[in-house]
Amino acid sequence: MKRLNVELVVGLFLIAGILSFVWISVKLGDMSFLDKDTYDVTARFTSISGLKEGAVIEVAGVRIGKVSKIDLDREDYEAVVHLKINGDVQLQEDSIASVRTSGVIGDKFVNITPGGSDELISEGGEIEETESSISLEELVSKYIFEQE
Amino acid sequence: MRKSIEKLGDNALYYVEHAGLMGIFLFSCLGKMFTPPYRLYPVVKQIHFIGARSIFIIVVAGGFTGMVLGLQGYYTLQRFGSLDLLGSAVALSLLRELGPVLTALMVIGRAGSAICAEIGIMRSSEQIDALECMAIHPYKYLMVPKFIAGIISLPLLTSIFNVVGILGGYLAAVVLFGVNEGTYFQGMYESVVWDDVEMGIIKSFVFGLIIVWISAAKGYFLHLDRSGAYGAEGVSRITTNAVVLSSVAILGGDYLISAILL
Repeated sequence: MKRLNVELVVGLFLIAGILSFVWISVKLGDMSFLDKDTYDVTARFTSISGLKEGAVIEVAGVRIGKVSKIDLDREDYEAVVHLKINGDVQLQEDSIASVRTSGVIGDKFVNITPGGSDELISEGGEIEETESSISLEELVSKYIFEQE
Repeated sequence: MRKSIEKLGDNALYYVEHAGLMGIFLFSCLGKMFTPPYRLYPVVKQIHFIGARSIFIIVVAGGFTGMVLGLQGYYTLQRFGSLDLLGSAVALSLLRELGPVLTALMVIGRAGSAICAEIGIMRSSEQIDALECMAIHPYKYLMVPKFIAGIISLPLLTSIFNVVGILGGYLAAVVLFGVNEGTYFQGMYESVVWDDVEMGIIKSFVFGLIIVWISAAKGYFLHLDRSGAYGAEGVSRITTNAVVLSSVAILGGDYLISAILL
């Protein structure tokens, strides 16, 4: 009886611990064991200052994916951003990708403005139209110096 | 004059030798983990002792830690009008730092001291020598189940601590102070990434190892302790040493692991 008790308690402990771990890793850590259906597209920016890997991609404020990788094009000195987009979201070929800031001091994210074209971007495609990140400091300094 | 220099050298040699002994102890125990016979039941018993019976204290500590994080975070963030960061502040500080460290400190207090006293008494009452006489390897028989149990229990206890802490933060922030529930959880889901979870888990694995290692080794080498007292007094001193040393090792190790992983 005593032996059974120990095993029961240990079993409960293991179950509680593993459940907690699974909750943390799946819910908080974005670790999905059933890999969600996604596809990759790239976009080139002249500057993405402040954008990080894992940043959110939004269309009309709704999250549709995340930035999977950021590279530098060694020839054109442009930033190549790899976007991982949920499979159920179709992007038109003339969509515009822009790097935006949420709030004044918030995180950078990629906002995609849908286009009107009939052609859709497929796996491995590229978003041609991009807007680089707007630097608040540059705007402010421009404003100050243009006053003179 | 000569005497004091001699003493200095003696001290240095003693501590270096002790460190070497504990290092060899760790590697022999880890090596013994992979040699037969594999016995499951002692491991279950040790998980029961180190893990299952710590749940109560872990839940209480986690709940209050989360609540105080929610409370402090609320008052601080409220001044800047950025209450939407509260969820992620609570979750990140729990997952990355407070969860693993506080769990480890709790387990040191509950189980580490007990492991050290148990092994120390076995040494002082010559039970370990008796085991050796019967050709039972004390590392295999006594230490390996403790090591395995420590390595399994700590990550699970840390996970429980984190979940309870997040719920405690929810209780303080949402229920008591009326922060928007969606803000609390949504901010948390968005800002926490797998790296944060991984860091906490790696920490808790290492802490599990450190706790069992220091507690068991301190008890095992009771007879080599040079302050002499081999009986009850020796056990009490060695237990205090083990608790202090493993707490310090946890805090120092925490900084090192954070520095490496960041």
